[in-house]
Parts: sequence; C-alpha cells; structure tokens
Amino acid sequence: MEAWRLPLSSSIRGKLISAGYTSLPSISSISSSDLARDVNITEEEAFEILRLAKQSSGSSSCNGSRSLINGAKNAWDMLHEEDSLPRITTSCSDLDSILGGGISCRDVTEIGGVPGIGKTQIGIQLSVNVQIPRECGGIGGKAIYIDTEGSFMVERALQIAEACVEDMEEYTGYMHKHFQANQVQMKPKDILENIFYFRVCSYTEQIALVNHLDKFISENKDVKVVIVDSITFHFRQDFDDLVQRTRVLSEMALKFMKLAKKFSLAVVLLNQVTTKYTEGSFQLALALGDSWSHSCTNRVILYWNGDERYAYIDKSPSLPSASASYTVTSRGLRNSSSSSKRVKMM
Amino acid sequence: MSNKLIGEMGLHTKISNIFAARNIITAKDALSMTEFELMELLDVGMKEIRSAIAFISEATSPPCQSARSLLEKKVENEHLLGHLPTHLKGLDETLCGGIPFGVLTELVGPPGIGKSQFCMKLALSASFPVAYGGLDGRVIYIDVESKFSSRRVIEMGLESFPEVFHLKGMAQEMAGRILVLRPTSLANFTESIQELKNSILQNQVKLLVIDSMTALLSGENKPGAQRQPQLGWHISFLKSLAEFSRIPIVVTNQVRSQNRDETSQYSFQAKLKDGFQEHTKTYDSHLVAALGINWAHAVTIRLVLEAKSGKTSPSQRIIKVAKSPMSPPLAFPFHITSAGISLLSDNGTELKGPGINTIHARGHSDMINFHGDCS
Repeated sequence: MEAWRLPLSSSIRGKLISAGYTSLPSISSISSSDLARDVNITEEEAFEILRLAKQSSGSSSCNGSRSLINGAKNAWDMLHEEDSLPRITTSCSDLDSILGGGISCRDVTEIGGVPGIGKTQIGIQLSVNVQIPRECGGIGGKAIYIDTEGSFMVERALQIAEACVEDMEEYTGYMHKHFQANQVQMKPKDILENIFYFRVCSYTEQIALVNHLDKFISENKDVKVVIVDSITFHFRQDFDDLVQRTRVLSEMALKFMKLAKKFSLAVVLLNQVTTKYTEGSFQLALALGDSWSHSCTNRVILYWNGDERYAYIDKSPSLPSASASYTVTSRGLRNSSSSSKRVKMM
Repeated sequence: MSNKLIGEMGLHTKISNIFAARNIITAKDALSMTEFELMELLDVGMKEIRSAIAFISEATSPPCQSARSLLEKKVENEHLLGHLPTHLKGLDETLCGGIPFGVLTELVGPPGIGKSQFCMKLALSASFPVAYGGLDGRVIYIDVESKFSSRRVIEMGLESFPEVFHLKGMAQEMAGRILVLRPTSLANFTESIQELKNSILQNQVKLLVIDSMTALLSGENKPGAQRQPQLGWHISFLKSLAEFSRIPIVVTNQVRSQNRDETSQYSFQAKLKDGFQEHTKTYDSHLVAALGINWAHAVTIRLVLEAKSGKTSPSQRIIKVAKSPMSPPLAFPFHITSAGISLLSDNGTELKGPGINTIHARGHSDMINFHGDCS
C-alpha cells in the first residue's frame, strides 16, 4: 500500500511524498515527532498520519486465527445472522412471500413504479407495520418518514393505523383465549406518535438530513425503518450537472447502506419511473440512471398487469425473481382476492 | 433552508474561514459536493471535513415532527390546511372534503369534456363567503386557452347558489374576486407566477387555476428534449408555491394519442408475458395525458374526465379519481347543466386495473359500436 492512498489533505500528502515517505512501511517505523520534523508539519498532523497508516496496514498485523481482515465475518456467522434478521410485513402475504417474509432489515430496498400505483401507500403501510409489537409477530420499532414530495397524508396514515390496531386486537383476542397471553394495548394515535416525519424541500436538505440521520437514530434507538418518498424528486428537477448528481447520489446510497447495517434497520427508497430508449423502442425504467440502479440491495418494481397491481423482484442477491399481485384497499395493502395462482416463480 | 450561510451556523471559525475562502458560502454549496471532493478542494483532513459536514448537515436538516403532531396541527388549523369543496357530494367525500390545500390537483381529459367548466365552478366557490362553503378569497385564474367566460360563471352562480347570488351586489363582488390572467408566452407566465409568489398571502389569494399547463408548454414549439428542463422547473416551483402559501392549485392537462412505439411496459414484462394475462390494447382509441410521466409523478391528485359509451345510453361522461393518496380509484358519472358539473350518482364505482388511467373520448367508442351494430 502506498502513502498517497491515505485520506489526507493534498498539501500534507504532497509534503509527505516529497519528503520521501512514499510507502506505508516507511511511515510505520517512525515516531510521530520525527515524522513531524522531517515532513515539516505539526505534531498532531503527524500523529494523525501515523494513526491512518496504522489503520490501513492493520490488516496484515492482525492475528489470523480469529479473522484475517479486521471487520470481516465468515459466511457461516453471516448465515445465522441473516436467519435471525427481523422482517417487516407489508400486510399483503403474497408480497411478503416473494420478499422472503417482508422487507428485510439491514438492507436497502428500492421500490419504484408509475404514478398512482401505490408507492406512497406501501411507504405509509410499512411505517405503521414496523410498530406491530413482538407479541404479535412484529418487531416493535419506530419509523422515519422522509417526505420529499409532500404526498404523505396523515389522514391516510390514521386509517391504516386503525385497521392495523383492529387486526392486532383480533389476533391477541384469539391468543388470549387459547394461550392466556396478554391483551396488547395500542392506540392508532400512539402509532402516529412513533412516525418521525421530515418534510424535505430541496436536495440540499435531503443530503443534510441523510448526513444527520446517524445522530438522530443514535438518539432514537428504536427506529427500524427509514422511508424516503421519493429519493428522486429533487434530484430530478433541480440538478443540472448529471455527473455531479451521480457522485452525490452514490455517496448518499453508501450512507443509507451504512445506516442500515449500523442500526440494523430497513431503508426503503421509493423511486419514480422514466421512459428509456432501448433497442428501438421506449420502455419504462426506474429513474436516476444506470449507475444508481447498482446502489440498492433489493429492487422491487410495481406495475399493472391486466386489472391488477403486481410487484416484481427486479434485483435481489438472495431472492429469486418472482412477481405477486396486491391491492390497495381502504384498510391498506392487502392480498389481491381474485386470482388463485397468485405467486409466480421464475 | 438550503441557502443557510455557513458563516452563521456557529461552526468553528477556522474551518468556516476555509470554506469562505474557497467560495463555499451556503449549505447548498457545501453539500452538493462529496466529502472527498471537499477534502481536495479545501485542503483539509478527512476528519475535519467529516465533522464540519456533520455540523452543517445538522443545522440544515429540516425539523422532525411526529405524524401525530401533524394530525393535531391539521385538526387545529382546518381553515389553513383544509379543503376547497367541489360541491359534488360524492367527490368531496372521496377526497376527504374537496380539493386539498397545499398540493397540485390535475384535471385530464379530451377537449370539450368539461375541464374548464370544472375550473370555473371551483373559482366561483373559492370566492364565496365561508358561510356558503367558500374560502372568502381571491382567485387567480391563468387562462392560457382563452376559455374563461364571465357570463358562464355568473350563470353557474345564479343556478347553483341562488340564495347568495340574488343578494344585491353579490354577483359583482364575487366575480370581482376572480382575476383572470392571459399569458401570451411561457416566459410571460413564468414572470407572472414568480411575481405572484410574493403577493399571494397579502392579497388573500385562495386558489390558483392554470388552464391549461399543456397549452403553455406546447406553445413554445420546442422538441421534447428541451421541454424537459423547463417543465422540471415549473413542477418544483408550483409544488413549493402550493405548499408554502397553503392554497390549492388546480391545473388542467390535455390529452394526446399515444404513439405506437411507446409501450408502457418494463423490459422484464416482455419476458413475463406467457402464462399471464395479455394486455388487450386497442391502439386506435388510446389516449394518454399530454404531459409525460415526470409531470404525472408531481401531481398529488389526478382527476380524469372522460366520455364512455355505455350499453344503455349512447355516451356517458365520467369523472375518475385516478391518483389520490387518500382514496381508492372511484368513478362517478356526471353531466353538465347550466349550474355547471353535477354528479348523477354520489356513489362511485370502484375501478380496477389499467382502466384507472385510460382516457376515453366520446367519438371513437361511438363509432366502433356503430360499426358493430351494422354488421
């Protein structure tokens, strides 16, 4: 590893290299005061360089029995971790089954579709469902709802929350009769209390908020889902320099990924669609371009098929591509009632 | 908040001076760059950049509200965050009270279906005193296609609200509150709405109608690719205008026939086709909204007005709630009387499938039926 790879400011890096410290081993064997004198920088700066150098060469000095590389996990441990991962139900069992049980925590999931297909509905449904307590098979978390378009309707959230509470009461009533379990006391208003709503009015605010989320979630530990409705809006309207847009977006995607892993929460990004010219015809595709499509772990596309709304797993490292139908009712997302062979595996 | 000055956030002076020296003045400037780019540009270590960005982000990010406080606020300020009733009972119930404040509502439909009639009626009811279900405010009516008719507005008023309109001087006062603007070009329109932004609150403007958005943009005679950035600007401007002045904005959109090579499918759907229901597409009568998908994402409520030929009657006008975050897709039959649009039934029929978004024009379907009867 060479010295220029260290994340240092360009002037310090220049000084370091011109003083002859081009490789990491040449730095690691020297004390901070010597380095400061040789390179003509302050002692703190030298100390920082040494710390960084140690960090990046840390991989080789670690003892090999536990893990070869710092921070790495072996696949067997990961399997156990994945199995125990909580999932958030969508209230539509067909959709849950193609998603492997629901929207998985620790992942970034992108959901896209044409206007009016139900993206916001899924967003609101998830922000309610994440609060279903553990006794009822939920994960009892809280939700962050980042609204960039102003389409979050609190009346609708209340409707869905009321339906959700009714369902839970039915469920616990049954449990109460048969297993002497405790009745769960949850009110629709409490559910709304635990949805943290942010209204974002420009892409600057969106970036700022994503940066700030780390701190916010550290203070509100129970947040288990972050919904961005939609990731696209401001970036689509106000950004002129597309190359810069790609860079800023991919940095944002990385931050979402980091949040998902650090707090083991689900990040759901809602995306709009655009038309794309491929092979001589126009086709629908999710917005923000090809580089963006790499940045989410799972990608679900919602579309019309005949008379029904369908969801299709377009991309996922662990799930087979499949599609399932769903409907949006006044009680929220539900199974589509009409079709008999609802889930189709590919 | 994106134009917040970095110098005034209380960031450490040393760092904030470095930002200022590189001409990074606002939060927008700083956050439009990645951390690495900033590190290169400012010649500061990663650690300092990270902490500075975290600081700026915290100062810039919007405040957090719980959905519950949102609801309580909404209930408290119903007059600020309420709805403009359309006086169509079924539709008002579906939309939780009418056209909501603070968002864009769109009317799409073929020519002559009643879009402008709907707009005029709305303009009239917004100008009414609160006691009669109005908003007691001014209305700005941007009439691009020269379809606004004062005579018709007065007629509608007399027919539908006789008790108010027969009061002396009322008609004059109500009609006097509707300000009609006829922009000649897009640039002209852009100028007016920017001017409007500053005066909308002082002047008690309670409704903005744009009839139609399509005519404005197509009047510019530019190919589609160049239209996009302009449309993008107008989308975000209108949205923010609606939101910050808390007024309903109603925009009409025309229809055009869909080109053959435009499919409304994803690439993966072609593969899925076998074993699935095929799309039965009748290309000849296929109409779509004239402004594309980018626009469609921006509107919060889309009402489609169309004419369909039923089995019993030759032709039936229908108003459909095609996109709405608070209701299922419902369709209501309507007709136009001297009092304006009125619903034939207040119980909507729920729609399923692509029927929600398709737009039928009277002519086509009539003709097809006619041929069918002959053979």
